[in-house]
Formats: sequence, C-alpha cells, structure tokens
Amino acid sequence: MRKVKNKKLSYARYGYYFSIPFAVAFLLFTLYPIVYTVIIGFTDLKGLGMTSFHFLKDDPFRNFKTVLANPSFKQALSNTVVMWVLNFIPQILLALLLTAWFTDKRSKIVGQGFFKVIFYMPNIITAATIAILFKALFGYPVGLENDILVSLKIVDKPVNLLINKTVARGIVIFIQTWMWYGYTMITLISGVLGISPEIFESAEVDGANRTQTFLYVTLPNIKTILLFTLVTSLIGGLNMFDIPKLFLLGGPDNATLTTNVFIYNQAFSGSYMYNRAAAASMIMLVIIAILSGILFMILDDKEEAELRRQNRQMEKKFKRRQKELARIEKAQADAGTGKGVDADAEK
Amino acid sequence: MLKNKENRKLKVVIYVVCILLAIISIMPFYVMFINSTRSTTEIQQHAISFLPSGYMLNNLKILLGKSFNPAVGFRNSLIISIGSTALAVYFSSLTAYALVAYDWKLRQPFFSFIMCVMMIPAQVTTIGFYQMVYKIGMTNHLSMLILPAIASPTMVFFMRQYLQPTLSMEIVQSARIDGAKEFMIFNRIVLPIMKPAIATQAIFSFVSSWNSLFTPLVLLTDQKKYTMPIMVSLLRGDIYKTEYGSVYLGLSLTVLPLIAVYLLLSKYIIAGVALGGVKG
Repeated sequence: MRKVKNKKLSYARYGYYFSIPFAVAFLLFTLYPIVYTVIIGFTDLKGLGMTSFHFLKDDPFRNFKTVLANPSFKQALSNTVVMWVLNFIPQILLALLLTAWFTDKRSKIVGQGFFKVIFYMPNIITAATIAILFKALFGYPVGLENDILVSLKIVDKPVNLLINKTVARGIVIFIQTWMWYGYTMITLISGVLGISPEIFESAEVDGANRTQTFLYVTLPNIKTILLFTLVTSLIGGLNMFDIPKLFLLGGPDNATLTTNVFIYNQAFSGSYMYNRAAAASMIMLVIIAILSGILFMILDDKEEAELRRQNRQMEKKFKRRQKELARIEKAQADAGTGKGVDADAEK
Repeated sequence: MLKNKENRKLKVVIYVVCILLAIISIMPFYVMFINSTRSTTEIQQHAISFLPSGYMLNNLKILLGKSFNPAVGFRNSLIISIGSTALAVYFSSLTAYALVAYDWKLRQPFFSFIMCVMMIPAQVTTIGFYQMVYKIGMTNHLSMLILPAIASPTMVFFMRQYLQPTLSMEIVQSARIDGAKEFMIFNRIVLPIMKPAIATQAIFSFVSSWNSLFTPLVLLTDQKKYTMPIMVSLLRGDIYKTEYGSVYLGLSLTVLPLIAVYLLLSKYIIAGVALGGVKG
C-alpha cells in the first residue's frame, strides 16, 4: 500500500503540468481582460481606435456614477429584469406542467421522445436568425401577423404593432420563453427520473393522488435542479443580447434595450465610450455575483437535510412493506405449488 | 370506472396541449422555408401559405447579388466552431484528468476556483478583451475566437464529474509498469475512456460557438471574416428591405444545416441536455 502512495506522490507534478494550458489560457483570455476592464472603468478611455488612457484624478468613480445616473442604463436594467422575470415564470410553469405529465406513470404519454425533440428545437437555432425571422413575421406592412389580422377582419388595414412598447417587449419575452421551455423541461424531467422510484410507489401506497404526489413528493425532490435552472437562466437572462439587439435594436424608444445592448452601444457606436461600457460591465458582474451568491446560500439550508431524512424513512417503510408482501406471497406459493418446487429442485 | 374516464379526459388535454406547442415550435420555421420559395409579390399578397412556390432561384440571385455571402459566413463559422470545440474538449479533458488522477497540493483549491469562475459570463469581460486584442493588432483574426476555448471552466467541471467515477487507476498503473509516459497514457488510454462525455460536450460547444454573436460582432469588422450570425444580421439592413423572399431564403440557408444536424443527432443532444447540458 505504502509503495503505491509513494508512487502517486512522485507523479503529483503531472497534475501541475497538465493544468498549465488551462491556467495560461485563463490568465490571458479571461483574467487579464477582467482586470483590464476594471482598470478601464476608472479611466478616460474613449474614441474609436484609442488604446491610451489616463486615470481619472478628480473623481475615480466618475464613470460608475455617470452610468448609474444614466436614464438609458436604468431603463435597460429594469427592462432586463422585467423581461427575464416575465419570461422565466411562464417558462418554468409550462416546463413543470409538462414534466408532471410526462413523468406520471399512471398516464403513460406516447410520443414523448418526439415532443422533446420538437420542443427543444428552437433552442438549437441561431438566436440572431430567430430575431430577424420574428421581425419579418411581425413586419409592417407585410408580415404573417398582419396577414392573419387582416384576413380575420380584426383590423381593416395593416397595423405596425412593433411601434407599441408593450407589444415589442411582449414579443421579446415570448421569443425567450419559446426558445427555453423545452430545455428547462428536459432538465426537470431528468431530475424527476433521478428520484428513487420507491419514494413514488410509497406515496401511491399511502393513497396520494397525482397532484399531491407532484406537489409533496416530486417538487421538493427536484429543488436542486430547480435552483440550477433558476441560476443559469438568471445569468443568461441578465446577459440577453442577440434577440433584443437584432429584433428591434433595443427600440422602440428603448423599450427592449437590455444592459448588454446598452454596453455594446456605448462601446462600439456613437462616441465609443469604452470607459463607461467597462463601468457598466463591472456593475453587471457585481449584480450577477451577488444574486448567484444569494441563490446558492438558499440552496445550502437545513430543509435539504430534513428532506433527505424523510425520503430515507419513506424508502424504509416501502422496503418493509415489500418484504412483508414477498413473505406472504412466498407462503402462498409454498402452500399452493409445493410439489412443483420440490420436483424442480430434484432435477 | 370513474377513474378511467378521468384518465382519458386528462390524456386528451395533454395531447391537445402538446400538439399545440409542437405547432408553435415548428410554425415560424415552416413559414420561413415556404416563403423562401415565394416571390416578393406573392408574399405581399399573402404572407402565409401552406404550399411552396417556384421562385427560390430568383430569390437566391437577389440574395447573393448584395452583401450577404452565406459561403463566407459558413466557412468562417466552421473554422471557429471546429477549432474552438477541438481545443475545448481536448484541454478540458486534460485538465479534468489532472484533477482526478493526480494528488497535487493545489488540486482542491484549483477545482474550487474553477467552480467559482464557471459563473462569469464572457460578455462582462468583452471591453478589456477587445482593447487587448486591438492593441496587439489581432482583431479580424479568427484565432482570437478559437484560442480562448482552451480554458472552458464549465466543460472542465463536467469532464471531471464524468471521469471521477469512470477512471480506474489500476489501468493507469499497469500502463506505467509497461513503461508508458504520463502524456501518452492520457492520449491513448484516458481519452478513449472519455469518448461519451467528449461527444456530448463537443455537440454543445460546437452549437454555442456556431450561434455566438456578441464577441465575433465586437472583434470582426472585415466582411471576409464575418461569421454566420453576423451575416444574418446583414439581412436586417436596408438593402434587403423590400426583398421579402430573399430575406426568408437567407434565414433558411443559415437554419437548414443546423436543423439537419439536430435531427440526425437529436437522440444524443436530448440525452446531453438531460445530463445537465451547458446553457448557451
């Protein structure tokens, strides 16, 4: 045993060697850019093609203050949060409903594989394409939506719905939900399939109906996966860019402007204010870090331990029951076909 | 009896909802493909039709006569996606192997570090990254979109989760006794063991790289270096404003390869998502 351990020790340096490529690439392409972004946030770096800068001497936090006071940034931040929340709620509810239906053993749904493939498809398609496709479908005066409205005689001539702020925001929310509910559903289903089947059988024996089983057995058991979904969706949502940027360029009147579109516009259009964009990026990074920190703290609570204890108890109860059942069955079998068993044994 | 009836009712509701959702998922793409074969006049009369028409070649001529060049976009996206996926899966596997197989002092801190930086979205580092790349004159070089893939924390995490229970150190030990060098053991023995994880991660890495818009849009200004999503964004411009058929055709051309690959690999992709796939 000792020899093996010694050998392992002498190989330890390979652990360092094999991590070098990752470490170097991380330093160059992630860590250095982050530090550089932080630094730029405290400078006067702006203008197309500029790379030289001076630190702000009078007020180091001027860029951060300007960004936080900027009405467009405030609007972008509130848009981002509102659009994420309003897309996440229907998305998670729809995904939960489909999960409940697809994992229910009492009503076997045929064609689940087919539905999964179809529901997930929008997620794999380039978001840039989807944004422009929806722009075309809701086009004015020629578009799918206007065609339907006119032929159903709801309106008598084409209307430009996209100049309405609420409608524009609503469509962005719809696109996000439409792209992601399939993903969320598949993740949740895999979470439910990971729960020990004995817990479900035990609940069934106890007389729980479908809704009760889902609310009191399934949901508490997929809490971790729900939180994982929430965190990844939140981070993705706070970084929303492709759809709002290409669908309506953040308009009309900043109604679909997100923080990332704001950052892009600050840095790569107009007067190329890299410093303000950098400050806005750092504000977003801090918000993301705080939010995911809070969410992970919620995950790490006592309820989890309590749930595990309950599950174990239920499993035990179920096993005990099954043992009893098996004993009874065996006793019956022995009594009924005792001869046959003996005959088999002799052979 | 009552229970059976209820069950049947619920089943009808489930199928109706699922079929409706399926139609909503497919409908925009269906309209897109059909309209790519219709002329602008036809679309102007009726934006929706269930039957294709015969103007696809005409649309193609108009489409290619302007700045939209799907072949260039396709080639650049292919180079970036293949390059970054290859680097990401190889080096993530190597890093995961270092984390699983060797007992080094910084192993645990390094893994905790990877867990922490997994959550950093690429977009928040873009300004610094752009300035750095601009300073060394490497904007419009595809390599700047490929090389960062060497450090993919999320993929390292998933590779480690896969390798931890799968790798048997006895195989590694016996290879050592046979005189194999550590690096060769990784390439010849460990990589084949990781094939299933590599396949899943490769699909997701490829798709997310293919679809990525933000960083390429910042770095690439030369039309000859445009990736597919940037090409697509040109369809939004004024030059295609009234060429409805051509816009739909351009969109279809970018979607077609993705849908084909998706339908071919859907089994593996769905299984990969279920394993805890990576969010774009």
